[in-house]
Amino acid sequence: MSTVHLGIPQVRPQHASPSSTLRGERGFPEAARDALADPTLRENLRRATSTIQTKRASAVREVRDWQKLRNAGSALKWQVTDHLPELLEQLESSVTAAGGVVHWARDAEEAGEIVTALALERGAREVLKVKSMATQEIGLNEVLAHAGIRVIESDLAELIVQLADDTPSHILVPAIHRNREEIREIFLASMPDLDESITDEPSELAEAARRFLREKFLDMPGSVAISGANFAVAETGTMVVVESEGNGRMCLTLPKTLISVVGIEKIVPTFEDLEVFLQLLPRSSTGERMNPYTTMFTGVHEGDGPEEFHLVLLDNGRSAVLEDPEGRSALHCIRCSACLNVCPVYVRTGGHAYGSTYPGPIGAILSPQMTGMSGSDDPNSTLPYASSLCGACYDVCPVKINIPEILVHLRTKDVDRRRETRGDFHGTWDMALKGAGKLMSSPRAYDLAVRSAGPLTSVLGGKNIGKLPGVLPLIPGWTDHRDLPKPGASFRSWWDQHEKERSSADGTTEPDAAPDGEEQA
Amino acid sequence: MTEWTDARPQRTAGMSAKDEILTRLRTALDAPRRDEVTEAQDVPRSYQRADDKQELRTAPEKVRAMLVQRLEDYTAVVHRTTPAEVPAAVAAALGTARSVVVPSGLPVAWSSAVHAELIVDDGSADPHQLDAVDAVLTGCHTAIALTGMIVLRGDERGGRRAISLVPDHHVIVVDAAQVVLGVPKAIQRMGEDARAAWTMISGPSATSDIELERVEGVHGPRRLDVVLIEPAPDSAPESTTESTTESAPETPLGTQPESQPTGQPVTDQEKTR
Amino acid sequence: MRISLMTTCLVDVMAPDVARATVILLERLGHQVVFDKRQTCCGQMHTNSGYYTEAAPVVRSFVDTFEPALDTVDAIVMPSGSCAGCVRDQHQLVARHEGDSELEERAAAVSAKTYELSELLVDVLKVTDVGAYFPHSVTYHPTCHSMRFLKVGPRPLKLLRAVDGIEVKNLPESDTCCGFGGTFSVKNDATSDAMVTDKAANVVRSGADFVVAGDVSCLMNIGGKLRRTGAAPKSIHLAQILASTKEDPFVPSETILGRSA
Repeated sequence: MSTVHLGIPQVRPQHASPSSTLRGERGFPEAARDALADPTLRENLRRATSTIQTKRASAVREVRDWQKLRNAGSALKWQVTDHLPELLEQLESSVTAAGGVVHWARDAEEAGEIVTALALERGAREVLKVKSMATQEIGLNEVLAHAGIRVIESDLAELIVQLADDTPSHILVPAIHRNREEIREIFLASMPDLDESITDEPSELAEAARRFLREKFLDMPGSVAISGANFAVAETGTMVVVESEGNGRMCLTLPKTLISVVGIEKIVPTFEDLEVFLQLLPRSSTGERMNPYTTMFTGVHEGDGPEEFHLVLLDNGRSAVLEDPEGRSALHCIRCSACLNVCPVYVRTGGHAYGSTYPGPIGAILSPQMTGMSGSDDPNSTLPYASSLCGACYDVCPVKINIPEILVHLRTKDVDRRRETRGDFHGTWDMALKGAGKLMSSPRAYDLAVRSAGPLTSVLGGKNIGKLPGVLPLIPGWTDHRDLPKPGASFRSWWDQHEKERSSADGTTEPDAAPDGEEQA
Repeated sequence: MTEWTDARPQRTAGMSAKDEILTRLRTALDAPRRDEVTEAQDVPRSYQRADDKQELRTAPEKVRAMLVQRLEDYTAVVHRTTPAEVPAAVAAALGTARSVVVPSGLPVAWSSAVHAELIVDDGSADPHQLDAVDAVLTGCHTAIALTGMIVLRGDERGGRRAISLVPDHHVIVVDAAQVVLGVPKAIQRMGEDARAAWTMISGPSATSDIELERVEGVHGPRRLDVVLIEPAPDSAPESTTESTTESAPETPLGTQPESQPTGQPVTDQEKTR
Repeated sequence: MRISLMTTCLVDVMAPDVARATVILLERLGHQVVFDKRQTCCGQMHTNSGYYTEAAPVVRSFVDTFEPALDTVDAIVMPSGSCAGCVRDQHQLVARHEGDSELEERAAAVSAKTYELSELLVDVLKVTDVGAYFPHSVTYHPTCHSMRFLKVGPRPLKLLRAVDGIEVKNLPESDTCCGFGGTFSVKNDATSDAMVTDKAANVVRSGADFVVAGDVSCLMNIGGKLRRTGAAPKSIHLAQILASTKEDPFVPSETILGRSA
């Protein structure tokens, strides 16, 4: 399974396993095109994201010290990334002291092996799961299925997605792309005991899910449940799981064995620090003052809940994210999904276009860093460009991750990699921007070009440029959708005239600031 | 999966996963960032903390009014009552429930007017048996007004977690002394026993997974009733916490007369000034 | 005051009237405008696309043009929120990427004197009523870079509300990006089109005759969409409204962002 690399003694940070669900089959522009062409999807997304965006805004407005909480949250997360190795060791000893068992997983495969072995040793043929990004990232359901263990998703949206043989499209609301009619159909097709008379009222659909899962909860075969965690407190070893439905409480409380798969970045230093994150997360996430249920447990509690607790600490590419000082704050994400709901790109394309467990603006900086951008045809190389850099994500981020800045940084990395790879710096954009860079750093050549833009385009009729045949290399993406003003006389031509008039009027002259011979070759 | 990425993450032979991950991280952190490293003392704590003026000085009845409003906002049913009326209020909150499970250390007086079959939990009931019970009655550890949240500790008053989860109707008794204004104060109180099993509850179980329309009641209890014990109107006026010294933040908001040490039945004690 | 005009390359070529209007406005307010013809571009297209190495000579050219005159001008003005933002936030990053600390320092000095038009008027020249006349209804689109990076806030609206004869109408979902995003508009053209389609629809919904903003790029995007769909509203730059007077009123031409005669 592992590759032994002889001769290189130094241990380097590693990207995520290729088996992780962190990379789609196609680049973003192409995948987005399909999503944009689906009017039902567009409407489902628009309605859902605008509802939650409004709710978030009013929940945040209520909090007078919101910006101060954000500052504290951001600093705490920096404290965590700056001290990650020490805090992880502290977490391990706290959890162990509280009766838990800590496992370390370098990558998706190792995490899968650990969980599979734990489940098989306990004779589990079925395991219940609470929605967790980390387990989705490592494709745990498929790994367990391969070992003959059936995974039942207990979160309503995850259940919908699982029953429809679909993939989640939103961090918080995985089935955001499905409307009630579609969900009714999915349930009817996959819940054998469900009465045909069920309507598409959300309350009836939720009731159907309750009944479907209740038996599983009360009678867990093998009695193993798998969860993630929102926060892991290094100081005390406390795991914090934030949820709404109660399926989390079921899975964290009723089984004999609980396995939590947690990314190494989920740490908070002290129990007290929860006072910041428990305020930031719910309002940013669901737009509620507080989510219905938050469970905190530390190791094993005698006579209350699971008899065994296993914590699997997962790297899977996180060390690679940490390696880039300009990009590492992507690890600060607390998975609230506020950036998705305000992103004008996500709102229109939905999550599937990003091809990763982590969609939206945060996904656009997290996924390519976790997997690396290994070439121009790597779908994840397109993700840093899947943004108009409007900055709405940064405004709402509860831990102040500067997503636009990291997007640009990753673009730079992508371009730098191409430039440094022989024979790879010849794309249309590379050539165009190289040329433009030359022109725009040569005042004299630039002056001539600007003055001739008008005359050159005068061969085209009309006042604006309409739809063009695909002959010009860069313009079609523009002119397919919008008109373009046709360059006429440049400003600088007018300025020459203006100068002349002004000097003849008041008899003064400006020193000639015409391009001199300073230009570089 | 694809041709552009065949690079499996490398593992080093003879190295444990733990050592390898920690070494990877230390190597990663060798690349310094633009700003100084953040230490715990660098974290700006200018937000409203447990010792904030608003937390300490807001009149308790105002704090409770906010708790009630926020609980009701999330469709919990609130029964405001006085120490003497607790049994009646609890009985009313339980409504037509025929069987009620209670934690072992619940004040006996609270359930004294309950007609339903009372099951004092001894830890033996399995989930199926709990599912057959109509309701659960518990106390709590802390209630947070600003967020409408009630904190249960897995103890003789909050009960083991399964009993407050499986029955479909949950009645929680909150004593005025347990009510705090904000999350930081609650975390401070909880921090005195951080390693306990904590369950924080805001309203009944809910989902917004279908078109973001909130539906009450999925897997947790679908009904939540809160019995809030407030000082009797004819009792001495509550002291506001203005008398509290701010330098003693570990003193709970309840330096009020009705303050009770946790775990002691409220009704067992006479209210004294 | 003596103000150096950095037109931005886009304005120089595609929307020369916006620069003309800036000159006319500032001269009307009694200031002296200088225009250094060695100027080219701020390099934003390069920086936002990740071409820092290719942006470096452009940034150097920018600094070479404006730095020597820092002592003789009071301010540098750019009629563009995103270009001013690039000068302020990115020039130093580019210099750092190239390991050129001298350029980083010089860029910082230039950036400290560089203002977007509404910032210059309100903060430096301390004026909100510029004596303009514009008897039309307008709706204001706060472009992302002005709003979130430069944080020009209410300055443009203050300037607009002081214009004689104007009616400012509300733009639904005004704070949503128009979808321009530089090379994004071409690299992710389908997504960009979905965004500008919604923006143009909201402009129409506002009922205004003109959509006004402080960025030619966004206005070209929105105006181009409006024109393609045959919608009535036209795009106009803030400078064009502020330059318009009773004596010399603005009359739009057929060209997007153009002025007739």
